[in-house]
Order: sequence, then structure tokens, then C-alpha cells
Amino acid sequence: MEGLSEPVLSVSGLAKRYGEREALRDVSFDVRARELVAVVGPNGAGKTTLLSIIAGVQRASAGSVSGSAGTRGGHAIGWAPQRPALYSKLSVAENLRLFAHLERVPDVEPAVARMLEQTGLGDRADEPVERLSGGNRQRVNVALGLIADPQILTLDEPTSALDPGQRARLWEFVAALAARGTPVLFSTHHVSEVRRYATRAIVLADGELLFDGPPSALVAGGAGEADFEASFLAFLHERGHG
Amino acid sequence: MRWLLAKDLLILRRSRLLVGVLVVYPIAIALLIGLAISRGPGKPKVAIVDRTSPGQTVQVGSQRVPVSRYAEQLFDQVQSVRVPTRAQAVREIKSGKVLAAVVIPPNIAARLGSGLRQAQLEVLYNGNALEQSLVQSQIDAALAQANIGFSEQIQRAAAQALGALLSGRNLGALGSPDLIGLKQIPPTLHGIIARLPPGADRAALERIETFAAFAAQNLLLAKNVLSTVGQPIQVKSTLIAGRRTPLNTFAVVVAVSVSLMFVCMLLASGGVALEREEHTLARLVRGLVSRGGLLAEKALLAAGCSLLLALAMLAGIGAFVALDWSRVGLWLAALAFGAAGFAALGVAIGVLAREVRAASLLAFLLSLPLAFLALVPSGAVGAGLYDVISAISFVFPFKAALQALDAAVNDAAPSIGGSLAHLAALTVLFGALARVGLRRVD
Repeated sequence: MEGLSEPVLSVSGLAKRYGEREALRDVSFDVRARELVAVVGPNGAGKTTLLSIIAGVQRASAGSVSGSAGTRGGHAIGWAPQRPALYSKLSVAENLRLFAHLERVPDVEPAVARMLEQTGLGDRADEPVERLSGGNRQRVNVALGLIADPQILTLDEPTSALDPGQRARLWEFVAALAARGTPVLFSTHHVSEVRRYATRAIVLADGELLFDGPPSALVAGGAGEADFEASFLAFLHERGHG
Repeated sequence: MRWLLAKDLLILRRSRLLVGVLVVYPIAIALLIGLAISRGPGKPKVAIVDRTSPGQTVQVGSQRVPVSRYAEQLFDQVQSVRVPTRAQAVREIKSGKVLAAVVIPPNIAARLGSGLRQAQLEVLYNGNALEQSLVQSQIDAALAQANIGFSEQIQRAAAQALGALLSGRNLGALGSPDLIGLKQIPPTLHGIIARLPPGADRAALERIETFAAFAAQNLLLAKNVLSTVGQPIQVKSTLIAGRRTPLNTFAVVVAVSVSLMFVCMLLASGGVALEREEHTLARLVRGLVSRGGLLAEKALLAAGCSLLLALAMLAGIGAFVALDWSRVGLWLAALAFGAAGFAALGVAIGVLAREVRAASLLAFLLSLPLAFLALVPSGAVGAGLYDVISAISFVFPFKAALQALDAAVNDAAPSIGGSLAHLAALTVLFGALARVGLRRVD
């Protein structure tokens, strides 16, 4: 990684314990500008816990989150949880406006207008969220994560409740965001999304970081099957997490 | 916090059903309580079947008391509806036109006059267990009053008869000689005895004189006793501790306290649970709002809304019941501390529940027994159970809020200061519990 830009986010020795159970064990990695980093792993691997700690929702039992975004606190890290966190009785614009105020965005109305434009929800700005489809709710959910113009965006399984068309539109939006310079760290258990959209993959299983590198290296490090998903499963199996 | 407050007010405004319930509920309660207090049941409506013959009397010594006096006494105690037959009385009860019916039997005079058998009335009523209990107690009270009134008339007649026996009587226009009284016999005999020589006749008359004096003395005592048997014991009530609170203003305090608790706990618990249900809690507590600040905002909103509604209720009920508006400062203090206690309990419930419906149900399920337990009077249950009830009431805010408002509105005991301090302590306790419960957000 030498010669690369300074990390926007630096995770070092992160651990999380719930009583006797270890949800995360000594997880370390960096995220740099323009990267689209996928955190992938089976259910219960610790993906949501990792992203929650990075977003400031939970506290780590050990380790640290630093880097230019990490040292600026929660406002520099955008976060979109797995289930859309929106007020269904409020309109799209009202949700954006509320969180812009709470995030202490200096110019609220331009920020709201920018997010409506970026998410393509300008024509539905005054519609109550409860009337939106799952895909549009997820777009608002992501927009709320971006309202404070964060240095990095974290997305927790953003496509889990979306149909293929909605997924494609969301990834198009996320890819454009990364291309503009904002790195995106997203968790998923759809390994096909890792191969198709991620520039880098981090594999977690039982709270342990098993792999950090480009998705193509993950295939090469597996049993060598052409099928990415089969390779991923073989990879986990070889390391005792099958 | 102001943005969250504005957001919650906006959501509340858009939840038309909830706002409707929150506004209509206290108004309905206020009106019901007001009407119930100002227009009490009064005299029960009772059908009376008088089967006695006109002009029937009860003979008491030489006196006669018309049986119709009993019916008159009974009519004074109830809202009477005269019906000719028992069958029609039954129909009136079944149709709900009257609460009950009283049948005065034709042999009532004979039984009263015999002095051997009690006269019997037949009382007919209908309804479920609660209605039966209510009707029976009302009818029993009315009959008891009528019995007292009638027995006073019998007593008066008996007293007149005894008076005639003691003091004699002028038989009047018939030209008959006056009837000598028992009291007049000893002095009359004494004069006669003084003129007689000693001997057997004089000794016999002296014995009769002694008996007459003894009989007069005891008959006088019997007359006095007769005046006390009608109501042998009079009751004088003394309140040992505390100030007397009129039932109607206490009912006002109960109604307002119950409404304050319901509205405040439902809003506070629902407000916190809504953040979980919408999954926004995690988004908020990641540095946008402190957990304590979030709970304080929900509690403030719930307390503010419920306080306004409680004040509106007091104003509404004030149209029916005279309230001392010069104490409005104390009302506000009591309502504010009470609302704070309920709001703290409400947010603690909201933290426990993950959905608004579950939170509302929990708040409702907790409120009802709390209100019920706080109103259980000492002596109504066993001492041990009452101690348990008192302990439960002590650790929840309803009883303290009720006592604070009763002291504020009615100047009742215990003093408002102690109740406010109690409420403040409970607010801190439940607030702290809610804060601990909110530590883990998933």
C-alpha cells in the first residue's frame, strides 16, 4: 500500500465482546479515497458490528478507528443502516432537512436539494416516506448518510431488501459517488456484488478478518473455481468456516 | 433537541387518530365526571303497589295511626310511580322504567297492630350483580328512612297512650267523668288513708298507694325509653387527621390524575418506541443527539402535552364543580411534577418495548392497576396485602401525583411538598433506569 494516498479511515486492532462471545477479533484495515470496499462474510461474521463501531453507533471493546474521517467524529462518516432509518410520517425532504439540521450542516436547503438531485428523488420530495417503495426508501436512507457530505460512506447490506432493478440503480449511484472521490465501505453477503462492484474485499468470519485484497485475488486464493461464489465458499471452508 | 421536538410535534400533528384520542379522551372524561358529580342519581324511581284498603289504621293503645302514613313516608324517600298490580310493577321493572317495586301487602295493618308478627313488604328488582347491589342498597336506604318515619309516628301514638295512663285524660264532651291518671292515685289515696283509722282496710290501701307510686314512676321511665328506641344511638363524626376533601372535588382530582397518567405515559413510551420502530434511534445516538437528551426530549413533549390537557380538563370540570382558582399555581406545580414522573416512567417503558403498539399496551396495562391500587382504602383489604399495595403505589408515580393534586386543589393532606419531593425522586429513578436501558442500541 505504500505510495498510496493517506487513509480516510484506519481501523486498528478492533475487537468487540458481548459477554463471553467475541463478535470481532483484532480487525485492522485502511480505506482510501475512491475505494469501494466490500465487507463480506456469512451471517454472524461481525459485518454489522464492524460497521456500527466505525459509524459510532457502538463502542469497541478494544482497538481504534482513526484516519482523516475517523478523527473528525461521526459527522465525517456517513452511515446507512441495513433497515432504512427514516421517519415514515415525514416527507423525503423533511427527513433530509431534519438530519441536515441534526448533523449541523451549515447550508441546509442547498444540501437537501443536492441530495434530492443525486438520488433522483426530486419529484417525490414532498411525498411521505411511508408511500415510497423499498428501493426509494433505501435511496433516501443512503442520502441521509450523505447529507453532511462525509469523507466516507458506510452502507450496511444496502441491497438486501431490493429487487435486481433497484439494486442496479443503487450500485450505479454508489459507484458514481466513489468515482467523485468519496470512498464507500459496504457490507454484503451477496458475493456476486463483491466481484461486480467492489475494488477491494474484506472477508470476515466469526469476527476474524480472513482476507483483505482485490476480489480477483480472493478467487485466486480459493480452490480455483471459475464461479466466484463457489470459490468464496471454498475459501471459507479451507479456513475452517465452511 | 429543538429539531427533534419540532419533528415529534409534526409527526403528532399528522397522527390524526392519536391526536383525536388525546383530545377527545380527557374532554369526554371531564364531561362524564362533571355530569356524574353535578347530576347525581337523586331519589331512585320505584313503582309502589299499595294493596291496603283506604282508611286502614293501626291501633296503638287508644290511638290510631293511618297505614297510609307509611306509604307517604316511602313516597318521600323515592321517586314513586303508583301502579295498581304486582304484575304491572314487574313489567315496569323489566322495561327499565323503574329501578324496583315495593308491594305493600293488604295485611300490613293487622300485622302491625298485632304486636306479635312483623309486617312484611315485598321488594322486586332486576339486573346484573352490580345493578342488584346498587338497587338493593338504594331501596334498603329508602325503606329504612320510611321505617324510621313511620315508627316515630307509632312511638308518638304510644307515648300519648302512656301519657294518658300516667296523667289521666279529659274524656270531653260526652259528659263522662275525667279518667284519673296513675300519678294522681297516690296523693288521692294518701288523703283517704289519713282519714281512716288503723286497721286492715288502711293497711290494704297503703299497699295499693305504694304500688301506684311505683307503677307511675316506672311508666314514666318507660315513656322516656320509648323516645330513644327509635334512634337509640346518634353518630358524631370526628376526622382524626387530614383535611376533609369533598367527594366531588376528589373525583375531579382522580379523573385529572388518571388522564394525566394515561396521556403522558402513552406519549412518552410511544415516542421512544417510535425511534426504535423506525430504526432511527441508532442514527440519532451516533453523535447527533445524546441518549439522555433524546429521553429528555420525549419526556418533555409528553409532559407538556399531558399538562396542557390536564389543565384543560380542570377548566372543563370547573364548569360543573366550584374550584379555587386562586390555587392555580399549586395546580401547575402538582401537574408538572406528576407529568414529569409519568413521563420518566413512560420513557422507561418505551426503552423496554421495540414497537409503538407494544409500548402503548405496556403503558396501558401498567396504568390501570396503578390507578386502582392507589385508590384502595386502608381497611378494605387485609393489613399484609395493604402493605404490599402501599409499597407498589410508593414506587410508581400515580399515588404521589394524586396526593399532590389533591393537596393543590383541595388543600388535602398530606402536604404538597412531600408529594412533590416524592415525584421528583421517582422522576430521577425512572429517568436513570431508562438511560441505562438505552445504553445498548442495536
